[in-house]
Amino acid sequence: MSTAADTPLEASTPQATTRGVSDVLTVTDLGISVGPVPLVQDVSFGIGAGERVGLIGESGSGKSLTALSLLGLLPEGLRATGSVHLAGVADNLLGLRERRLAEIRGSLISMVFQEPMTALNPVMRVGDQVAEVMLLHRTQPSRARAAAAAVELLERVRLPDPASIARAYPHQLSGGQRQRVMLAIALANDPALLICDEPTTALDVTVQAQMLDLIVELTAERGTALLFITHDLAVVASVCQRVLVMYGGRVVEAGDVYDVFTAPRHPYTQGLVAASDLSLVDDRGRLRTIPGVVPGAGEFPDGCVFRTRCPRATAECERTPAWSGSPARGFACWHPVGGDQ
Amino acid sequence: MTEPPKNAAAQVAPASPVEPAATGEAADVVIAARGVVRRFRRPRRSLLRPGPVVEALRGVDLDIRYGERLGIVGESGSGKSTLIRLLAGLDRPTAGSIRFAGREITRASERSLKFLRRDLQMVFQDPMGSLDPRMKVRDIISEPLVALGHPDARGRVAELLDAVGLPAAAADRYPHQFSGGQRQRISIARALAPRPKVLVADEPVSALDVSVRAQILNLLMDLVEDFSLTLVFVSHDLSVVRHLCDTVVVMHDGEIVERGPTADVYDHPTHPYTRTLLAAAPTLKQALAAHRARAVAEGRQG
Repeated sequence: MSTAADTPLEASTPQATTRGVSDVLTVTDLGISVGPVPLVQDVSFGIGAGERVGLIGESGSGKSLTALSLLGLLPEGLRATGSVHLAGVADNLLGLRERRLAEIRGSLISMVFQEPMTALNPVMRVGDQVAEVMLLHRTQPSRARAAAAAVELLERVRLPDPASIARAYPHQLSGGQRQRVMLAIALANDPALLICDEPTTALDVTVQAQMLDLIVELTAERGTALLFITHDLAVVASVCQRVLVMYGGRVVEAGDVYDVFTAPRHPYTQGLVAASDLSLVDDRGRLRTIPGVVPGAGEFPDGCVFRTRCPRATAECERTPAWSGSPARGFACWHPVGGDQ
Repeated sequence: MTEPPKNAAAQVAPASPVEPAATGEAADVVIAARGVVRRFRRPRRSLLRPGPVVEALRGVDLDIRYGERLGIVGESGSGKSTLIRLLAGLDRPTAGSIRFAGREITRASERSLKFLRRDLQMVFQDPMGSLDPRMKVRDIISEPLVALGHPDARGRVAELLDAVGLPAAAADRYPHQFSGGQRQRISIARALAPRPKVLVADEPVSALDVSVRAQILNLLMDLVEDFSLTLVFVSHDLSVVRHLCDTVVVMHDGEIVERGPTADVYDHPTHPYTRTLLAAAPTLKQALAAHRARAVAEGRQG
């Protein structure tokens, strides 16, 4: 499987061989660039119905851009290449016109963002905001029916006294309550794919725990595919079944959460797991670290993106490593951790 | 699993602060807070009535000893930030007393607080918000020295940059030219400039990436040891506090609900709120154990 490729182009990952027709989302060779500078390269993955996939990486790894490109929400000046296919839509999402994308957003794919304060309209009652998404996509026939459905949704996300919450404005709610409203809006039209971008980073731990349970429960109930973006390994491990590890705009490792976190093959994943385990210290009581800093966007080295910080790097790493293993469990590294096969 | 309450209370007792009624404190205490209350008045909601009063701190007693690494944990609104603002003399309590190295700071004039500005320094959560974008790193780090009339501010800047692991050339650059972790190193260098005795850090690593977080935590540990600092570390991240601190204070609704050696509080929490907090915090080990259990239940071996 791991045929060495000579040029970065040919090295496009064999993840591309899709994971079966049942996938709700199939991303193949996704690339995002601003002018000549590549920000995301060769990203391929699939998510099945009811499957929960985590996308982890540090800031600048391209995980949020990947999510935004699926929704056609990339900032101006950024261009996406490759293909994104969603079950029920014949065309490549990356080539769709804004009008078609607007129909898909909020109905087939929806997203919960990190900042519940900025994502809600401050001058509109939250019940109306939940109802709006159903009226726009005509999933409820009338204002009255949409308003009633909104209250039901607020109840489903376990907001106490949903009828009075529906009449409240966002500033009257706590951070956790606002994030539940966001989830209600995202799930209003029963999407096939829910994308969550760091949905609990701004929340307290007890509120975070409830929110994560709720996301798992509601997506399982409806068989919604979940793409969960976070930098917190503990959160991804408690929510997701599979995980994609991104660094420098590339997927460097993928697999079952348990396998990837207990037996990482890519040195970056290994470093990340070690650095986040605060009970793992050396004899001086110091934590394991990954040396150096994450380079800025577009400043990653060619070849293996991690080679400038990697303890195992050699001259070979100046060439882009091919994907080893299967699409479901594999890594992109010339010198993987744990046995050189 | 849980200790009988009596037993557990006895365990924590030795670490508890001296009797709240006592006015004098032991010689090894650097900060002593007694009955500290802080009320804020919210903006009025009606023309006829004054705004409601929020009690952010409801009578807090706290002793911090020299060389202690104290963690303050609690959720937003628990009063932890209000408390450290008072300890740092950035705000005045509504009632109660705070003594720093034996001197009352709650009613002192700003002019007479010069010793506090030298001996206690702070590192904030957001290094972008706490560093002036129009000042060069050299000026940022030497600003507290200039204010205190330090004779060789320039020389000290080079020393400090070296201590926090930044190249000397960093002095001539601006904050925006650095990454989040490097900016936090600059904040720490500025805080260390006047050779403080106490370093107060308010969520200094919660805005940082995992790999950078480990670097900054190691740096803080090195500096605390090398400069014999007393560390007051505020965080909502319980695992960070467990790693870094020897004593922990749990705050809830403006009160300290539990205090003791970190290992004791984490392994045998006595207050129900502490238990809730510990149970809610996700840990990689527990999550992976759950994955393992599920895989075994599904009959998959591996």
